[in-house]
Amino acid sequence: MSGQEHNMPGMLAGLVAVARRDLLLAWKRPGDVVNPLFFFAMVCTLFPLAVGPSAEQLTFSGPGVLWVAALLSVLISLHSLFLSDYDDGSLEQFLVSPQPLPLLGLGKTIAHWLTSGLPLVLVSPIVAITYRMPGSVVLVLMLTLTLGTISLSLLGAIGAALTVGLHRGTALLSLLILPLSMPVLIIGANTVSLAAGNETYSAGVWALAAYAVGALSLAPYATAAALRISNE
Amino acid sequence: MWKWFHQLASPPYFYRIVPAFSAWLMVPGLALIAYGTYAGLFLAPVDYQQGDAFRIIYVHVPSAYLSMLSYMILAVAGGIGLIWRIKLAHAVAASAAPLGASFTFLALVTGSIWGRPMWGTWWEWADPRMMSELILLFFYFGYMALRSAIDDTAKADKASAVLALVGVINVIIVHYSVTWWSSLHQGQTIMAKGGPAMDPGMLYPLLAMIFGFNLLFGSLLLRRTRTEVLFRERRTRWVREMILSPEGQS
Amino acid sequence: MELLEMGKYGAYVWTAFGLTFALVLINEWRVRARQATVYRDIEVRIKALEENE
Repeated sequence: MSGQEHNMPGMLAGLVAVARRDLLLAWKRPGDVVNPLFFFAMVCTLFPLAVGPSAEQLTFSGPGVLWVAALLSVLISLHSLFLSDYDDGSLEQFLVSPQPLPLLGLGKTIAHWLTSGLPLVLVSPIVAITYRMPGSVVLVLMLTLTLGTISLSLLGAIGAALTVGLHRGTALLSLLILPLSMPVLIIGANTVSLAAGNETYSAGVWALAAYAVGALSLAPYATAAALRISNE
Repeated sequence: MWKWFHQLASPPYFYRIVPAFSAWLMVPGLALIAYGTYAGLFLAPVDYQQGDAFRIIYVHVPSAYLSMLSYMILAVAGGIGLIWRIKLAHAVAASAAPLGASFTFLALVTGSIWGRPMWGTWWEWADPRMMSELILLFFYFGYMALRSAIDDTAKADKASAVLALVGVINVIIVHYSVTWWSSLHQGQTIMAKGGPAMDPGMLYPLLAMIFGFNLLFGSLLLRRTRTEVLFRERRTRWVREMILSPEGQS
Repeated sequence: MELLEMGKYGAYVWTAFGLTFALVLINEWRVRARQATVYRDIEVRIKALEENE
């Protein structure tokens, strides 16, 4: 038995392999990455159309609107996180694999963030500028979005794991994720507003960072538990 | 003592003892509520800031308290069921959810009714406690929705237990974030519900109401759990024997 | 009656109390009704099984 030990991939290798696989799959289906971004842009377009495009309104509502749109966009991309693996049986392989399930789930989550949160952060300046957001505030927006979307991917994975394979799972997933994501939304959006008002905003940034670290350490275990339960 | 706990977790034993136990909770509970209502409405001195409207506190605070207690019970019971695989715990969690949700709803409505004469509006977004209560209601809805979406009872139990445990941590964080957010956006000062210090004439009825409602809730929860246990155990021998035995059960 | 008026806040106070008691009664009723229904359904099924044996 001991002779076979060093042929088994290490834990990190398992995580990386899962992440790479998902990134490769996303590369082959660019729509999965791009569609949520279009959704993000469209939601940001809806608000001026609905409420009026005055400069004051835009600068005032910009942080909030952008944050809500980002949240909804991440939400859309979450429901399929485990879906294809559930359908084709890969999920069962994860469950019986010698690699720790939390790490495998984390690998998928990392890939998810790279294909949803990160593109959002990169695209956000473009939309932010249409909302007349000054450059310094845009940077704060990108910072908060980075930290926030990391937390959202981590928490969202729990929800996705709980609802995978359920009939009408998407609506249920939204119902589950939205309350969980409220602290992130509240802190993120309001931190950017504070920055826009030239007030100190570091508290919010630290809070988001702490939340992300907390989510990183705890969420994978909840996701793993949820995956086991869903797959029974 | 441990033996009693062990016995308690046994469904037939639990089923048998609940009616008596629940009466022990309900009777004092109703008495306390009767005193609290009477004293709160008619005996407690009028608040000089809010006038008689402050009396809504006597129903609002117990509801809010129960809404949060119920969620804690739900989460802890779910955790116990998940970790130690005690089926009764899951039955408690399943029963606590609709009760807790209705008290959350009540807290929101009574809070809104209180808000109207006080702030001039039916809903004040900037009040952190009402906002936290609203988000708590969403947590309840999510929990109940997840439960009903999963057909297999055991699976539903475990999945909702995971959700509740994640939710409990988040509820606390939500409360702090909403409080911070509210401090950023407060235009006018939100009048603190209850005023500065409470004189005993106001306080005692409130304590009586809180206690009384707690006891009442305990009675409701136990009886609802009892029904849940009966339903889950419907195909077992002890249920069959109980039903076929000389009647007198309910 | 002055007590019923509650210093012009009467409608609010009494509505709040009324809703609370209504909700408690509704919950009480639901708990009892559910117990009765569940018990009855099980009883029917078990009695039917008994007869078939």
